[in-house]
Amino acid sequence: MSEPVGFTRRAVLGLAAGAFALGLAGPAAAEVDFAGKTIEWVIPFSAGGGSDTWARFNAPLLSKYLPGKPVVVVVNEPGGGSTKGTNLFAARAEPDGLMILGTSGSTQFPYLLGDPRVRYDYKDWKIAMAGPTGGVVYTTPALGLKGPEDIGQLKGKDLVYASQGATSLDLVPLLGFRLMGLNVQHVFGFKGRGDGRLAFERGEVNIDYQTSSAYLKNVQPLVEAGQAVPLFSWGVLNEAGEVVRDPTFPDLPSFVEAYETMTGAPPSGPDYDAYFAFFTAGFPAQKMVFLPKDTPDEIVAAYQKAFEDMKADPDYQASAEAVLGSYGQVTGALAQALFEKGTTLQPELRSRVAGMLASEYGVKLGEE
Amino acid sequence: MVDTLLQALTELLSLKHLAYMFLGLFVGLLIGILPALGGIAGLSLLIPFIYGMDQVSALAMLIGLLAIMPTGDTFSSILLGIPGGSSSQATVLDGFPLAKKGEAARALSTAFISSMFGGVFGALVLTGFVFIARPVILAFGSAELFMLALLGLSMVAVLSGRSLVKGVGACCIGLVIGSIGAAPATGEFRMVFDIEYLYDGIPLVVVGMGVFAIPEIVDLMRQNQSIAGDMPLGKGWGRGIRDWANNWFLSLRCSAVGCIVGVIPGLGGSVVDWIAYGHAVQTSKDTSNFGKGDIRGVIAPESANNAMTGGAMLPTILFGIPGSGAMAVFLGCMVLIGIEPGPSMVTTDLHLTYTMIWSLALANIFGALACVALARPISGLTKIPFQYMAPFLIVMISFAAFQSTRSIDDLIALLLLGCVGVLMKRFGWSRPALLIGYVLAPQAETFLYQAVQFNGWSFLARPGVIIIGLLTLASIFFGLRNRVDEHGHVVPVQDNAPDVPQFRAHLPQIGFAAVVVAVMGFALFDSLQHDFLGKIFPLSVAVVGLVIVSVLLWELWVGKPGHHSHFDAELTGEHVGKAGVHGMWSGLGWLAALVVLSTLVGFVLGVAVFFLAFMRLRVGATWFRSLHMTAWAVGGIVLAAWLLSLNFPSGLLQSLVHLPWPLR
Repeated sequence: MSEPVGFTRRAVLGLAAGAFALGLAGPAAAEVDFAGKTIEWVIPFSAGGGSDTWARFNAPLLSKYLPGKPVVVVVNEPGGGSTKGTNLFAARAEPDGLMILGTSGSTQFPYLLGDPRVRYDYKDWKIAMAGPTGGVVYTTPALGLKGPEDIGQLKGKDLVYASQGATSLDLVPLLGFRLMGLNVQHVFGFKGRGDGRLAFERGEVNIDYQTSSAYLKNVQPLVEAGQAVPLFSWGVLNEAGEVVRDPTFPDLPSFVEAYETMTGAPPSGPDYDAYFAFFTAGFPAQKMVFLPKDTPDEIVAAYQKAFEDMKADPDYQASAEAVLGSYGQVTGALAQALFEKGTTLQPELRSRVAGMLASEYGVKLGEE
Repeated sequence: MVDTLLQALTELLSLKHLAYMFLGLFVGLLIGILPALGGIAGLSLLIPFIYGMDQVSALAMLIGLLAIMPTGDTFSSILLGIPGGSSSQATVLDGFPLAKKGEAARALSTAFISSMFGGVFGALVLTGFVFIARPVILAFGSAELFMLALLGLSMVAVLSGRSLVKGVGACCIGLVIGSIGAAPATGEFRMVFDIEYLYDGIPLVVVGMGVFAIPEIVDLMRQNQSIAGDMPLGKGWGRGIRDWANNWFLSLRCSAVGCIVGVIPGLGGSVVDWIAYGHAVQTSKDTSNFGKGDIRGVIAPESANNAMTGGAMLPTILFGIPGSGAMAVFLGCMVLIGIEPGPSMVTTDLHLTYTMIWSLALANIFGALACVALARPISGLTKIPFQYMAPFLIVMISFAAFQSTRSIDDLIALLLLGCVGVLMKRFGWSRPALLIGYVLAPQAETFLYQAVQFNGWSFLARPGVIIIGLLTLASIFFGLRNRVDEHGHVVPVQDNAPDVPQFRAHLPQIGFAAVVVAVMGFALFDSLQHDFLGKIFPLSVAVVGLVIVSVLLWELWVGKPGHHSHFDAELTGEHVGKAGVHGMWSGLGWLAALVVLSTLVGFVLGVAVFFLAFMRLRVGATWFRSLHMTAWAVGGIVLAAWLLSLNFPSGLLQSLVHLPWPLR
């Protein structure tokens, strides 16, 4: 794109930022002030989905805690499995903090898988916040299991899972079940995890997972009524980057523990590395907020501070459980670590996953 | 239960909660009256306000908006012949002819009473049904859902018109359009030509507007008169009410149909109006007036679409599964105010469920009353010379079309589908059949694949499948007996229609059929490139389409003049031979101009230039008047875009120069 001939407030701010970078402006310019400004929060999904709800929950709080109390509007740019809006942000955003991007696992996956529609690169951005999420895998008592400790009994059983598609977020259970050696038939074409849960309740599938808040609200009653048996949570990452038990479900083993129970050894090898990369992109680093790479550090810091400050707000606390599912949004070094882990995949691992998807599920990941 | 019910009512009846409900009603009415903008746009407007609101007020406001949407939609369906929303397309079929006859007031009053009845009925059913809904919803597995999609497709029989092969052919076109994009089973992309826009399939709004609204506008633009012509507007209020009372049982049945379609998740409500309309025709003795202004054709869809809103709330609040785009946004709003859907909505949170039900009932009553009050002034639109309305309608429809993906490609798709719609209308191909095929294609394919995966072919022996299968057969049988199209009753088929007895005169319709054959051939070729699960559905559709349209082609070629397959409005339409009639391409030309301008200079500047040009060149208005109208149009869309916080699709100019919003 050619250098724009422009007269927007953005260009002016951009110039100011440039001047600052050259050391022409005094230290006073370090004060970030968005007073009177409008910040566009690009959400590459249509209104009503999980990412949209997440952004609309955060937007007014962000507005309240950013310096100068700017107006924050959520701009939905859906299409192409979230690649369209993200491409648009990559082409259009300027390093002035006035346009930010909210991504989800469905934005990370096409990038990691090399979807030809992707014209964005995570390495071009700085992270402002990461929103982890988690989930619990459960099965039906009809298979003879009483609790998570019986997971070994699943070996050799014919399992059926309601999937949203092999390249969707359901790639994580696909890779995970496969790693565990479970014999799972993935039936595609479901519209969301809620749809999958309905298929479980109808008895059409016998293994399923739900994100934490949906699990607590909808599956916990089934567990109590003896109609579902929890198996394991996907787990969360600690600061050292290891998978540990999900604090929301301290009594449930994590995926890694469940794997050990089944096979007797901790998971390792390239298949686990591939699983781990997609797991990180899909759960601990599912939701992320980005600014362009050249954005001055003060602006990024102002965003991080706002995301931290809002946690004490009563409005935040009122709906956080329903929207975020009991996982705090993180900033700083932890966010940076999640960002790097969730957006990096060795080329050989990528071809490994692509080859497996093509040979076992007939999924073609675009011409190359 | 009764306690909770009354407690929810008293809570809702406080001044504050009622005030919020009226706010929702007001916004809903505004959005509903504008053609093509629906629940998603309305809810998006309200989302910023629900922050920090108490749950009852927020629910009252949101439901106030959703409840009135299918009522307000009726205005543009009846008065302008442009579907006000995806679930009031069928209302056009008989409502618009009534408006043309000057009976707009009668049609509107009947429609509003039907809407009110349907809405209240939906709320009543919900009150008790909410307790038994879980097992009922769980009884519909993939197999049953597939059969329901077939039942929906069986409506093609009654709506296929004079030539059954044309109807089935139109449905095949719809099925092919509906299978563009990712295959449900394998994720393979079908018929996308490497165009990124097509990867997601063509959006419903674009298909609906292209096929139904554009041909109507194009037709009206050919004659420079108002919609109602010289006809007096008429009062007809009393008659409207009597019309409804005479058909209360039909209204009740259609409300039930609407409720059921709404309750069952995965079916989607976008064809509920056609199902209700088809049902009305199938069960009527005298069908001679359908399509020409039979009041029953208004009662049926309007009762059904309001009842559906109530039904659709059940899977949303009990399972968190939204049945439509608007319900998805509603679900998001619920989460934002801290309500999470689930089984607790009938236990600990029952008062919230009842708040929703009461809001629904009250909003439907007040909404219908508000519409009745507005009907008289708004019907005045049908007296305005159409050339003043046409550019506004073209801009509004384009604006609504690019709501779906916010890209210029939406406008291009709208233009292309508009051409298809215009030609289908000209040659007597059933457009409802196309729409039904388009909407149900992905559902039929997905559910069949899932049913076979889950149950094998033995799914065909499930009792639910057999029952729905028998209903489908009955629907086809009664449908074929009572076929209608926009020219009225067509059974028994007679080969004595007016026609021009020259082979050459038939060449255009033969040409169109030949193009359809070519499209089917291409769909067949494309399907062969895919894996078995990705190809089987489009392959079957294409083969059926090829056979059916080839039969049609043969009939058109050898049929005697007046054969029931022959139809060309340019040979036998009422306008033929009249003075002062513009060509059929003129309206499409103007739409094309807007699309081209938008690709060059972006939508806002494109609209400005388009409007000025239209006013000066086509209408011949003064500069002052032209500028005045242009200012209103541009101001209107900029205001709407600002409220919805959306960016317009940008054109070539914007890629060269950075412009401030809204021009960029």
